[in-house]
Amino acid sequence: MKNTDRLWAKLVLAPSVILLAIFVYGFIARTGYTSLTDWGSDPVQALSLHPVIKFIGFQNYTDLFTGGLNVRFRQDLISTLFFTVFFIAGCLGLGLSLALMLDRNPRGEGLWRTVFLFPMSLSFIVTGTIWRWMLQPQGGVNQLLGLDPNKYEWLTGRASVLGFDWNKIPLLTAVVVAVVLGVLAYQALRAGQRSRMLVAAGCAALLLVWALFVGPNVKLLPAPELHGFNIAFIGIIIAAVWQMSGYTMALYLAGLRGIPEEIREAARVDGAGEWASYRHVVFPLLAPITLSAMIILGHISLKIFDLVFAMTGPDNAATDVPALLMYITSFRQNAFAVGAAIGTVLLLLVAVIIVPYLASQFRTEEAR
Amino acid sequence: MTTLPTPQAVQTQTLNAPARPPVRASRVFMYLGLLVAALFFLLPIYLLVVTAFKTPEAINLATTWQLPRGLNWASFSDAWAKVGGNMGNSLFLAVTATLLSAMLGSLNGYALSKWKFRGANTVFALMLFGMFIPYQSVLIPLFQFVKALGLYGSIWALVLAHVVYGIPITTLIFRNFYADVPDALIEAATIDGAGFWAIYGRVIFPISIPGFVVVIIWQFTQVWNEFLFAATLTSTRSQPVTYALSQLAGGQAVSWNLPMAGAILAAIPTLLVYILLGRYFVRGLLAGSVKG
Repeated sequence: MKNTDRLWAKLVLAPSVILLAIFVYGFIARTGYTSLTDWGSDPVQALSLHPVIKFIGFQNYTDLFTGGLNVRFRQDLISTLFFTVFFIAGCLGLGLSLALMLDRNPRGEGLWRTVFLFPMSLSFIVTGTIWRWMLQPQGGVNQLLGLDPNKYEWLTGRASVLGFDWNKIPLLTAVVVAVVLGVLAYQALRAGQRSRMLVAAGCAALLLVWALFVGPNVKLLPAPELHGFNIAFIGIIIAAVWQMSGYTMALYLAGLRGIPEEIREAARVDGAGEWASYRHVVFPLLAPITLSAMIILGHISLKIFDLVFAMTGPDNAATDVPALLMYITSFRQNAFAVGAAIGTVLLLLVAVIIVPYLASQFRTEEAR
Repeated sequence: MTTLPTPQAVQTQTLNAPARPPVRASRVFMYLGLLVAALFFLLPIYLLVVTAFKTPEAINLATTWQLPRGLNWASFSDAWAKVGGNMGNSLFLAVTATLLSAMLGSLNGYALSKWKFRGANTVFALMLFGMFIPYQSVLIPLFQFVKALGLYGSIWALVLAHVVYGIPITTLIFRNFYADVPDALIEAATIDGAGFWAIYGRVIFPISIPGFVVVIIWQFTQVWNEFLFAATLTSTRSQPVTYALSQLAGGQAVSWNLPMAGAILAAIPTLLVYILLGRYFVRGLLAGSVKG
């Protein structure tokens, strides 16, 4: 009896598992293979029924990261990282402020919450359409704030700030990863996990040595290539924060409501003032929420596509992102192999933050 | 509100609401902050609505923020002519895909939470990964697959994509929902001789309504709002409303009342769902990140 029931459980799951195995893992593998070919480099072959496809190894990736013709991809990659940082900062800051205000039980709390959260129910295309109109140089926002339309061009701005040389990327990456590993090593040390600490510290030290002695001499490109933060993105970031900060608010509010009143009361009895009780009691308890919010928002922003499409169209190089470039490369230019390579880079970026997140979620679940 | 509370009043208030410290100035700042935030969220909507109701000639710099002189309903009928058919596509797509993936999610969630087998958690984790991937990384094979099935340009291509890529989130929500159902209930039913399907039909399904509401609202909103698949797997006759709207707004010499009216039309279904069933919407929202 019990056994047939367990068999049923597996049978019920089977269709979904098989579908996802094909549509997620199978397709990812296929994209990975396609990215190692030259499919689409010859336009005639791209759309033929039986295209002649050659295996060319990692050539597409080498071209993307170091090829003279692929400046756009490299700028897109930098843009998406800048976008992610500012977007997460904006959502966390605004979302936390809203949640803290709502947590003080204002009158009509439900109404405020509804107002802050409604953009979440809209499509990025709708949001993009509205904000595109708001941010026309001669349009809504500049009018409202009395800004000079010649100076505040928003989406059509061409300036770029915080520029740096693409050749420094390996060096910067090495240093950042080394610092992250260093922090992990420190945490492992405090938690008394000796072997884990040694591995992390060892890797960090190796990376730092590399960064000191080899890194400065690595040249991806023959000449320096400047990339920075395109200020045309500011408008897109504002629109994205408008849409998504309600989500962070909801997360934080759920967290704040989950803190038992006794704990805060205890802090007050101990003589902690308003600010001190937030700093020492509330914020530490919200830290895990901040981490999940960063991961969820981070993966959304790495994938951002529709909002950019709706706000500046597919052909505006200044506000391009890899997700959009992949679409144009594959479905406008039919350069499928290069598109597949961009898609794979995007997947790797997302996987770097999502896989550890899923793993840790399941580890805590198992531990319970 | 404006008069200062006497010490007596403060004391009674503290007695009535002990959790709330009687700090007045900070509450004024709080309301000020809420008001500024509300303006940030609502002003775009104000501009959206007034622009949609203006005639093309009435949309100019000097009067951007002013109310329209009359209600120009023609914006909406013109916009409807361009996106109305696509709204029909979206409705069919969202309803079909949502119902199918909700049904699959319910069964999966039941199997995963109440009939745990060895490796069930691993299977589930591998399934969940599917909801985080950038769809760009599966788009080219998906495109080929859909073409090979002869579904390219048909609405069923979108239904297929949304059902399959919707399985992880619907399974997740139902799995967490059923995790709260006491195992004793299942055991009792087993002792009564009920098997896998009898328990689902008699015990689990009848109490699943709130779960279905959360999942259906969430999936409906997601599918209705989706754009990438809409832009790649469809042809003119099957394009959903998001794509039609992007085309409506995409032109350069566009008179803005038309895309604004289109945006309102495209937003109304999900906005209505949110306003009427907000509580369930938020539950779906939180389910995507907080696992139990």
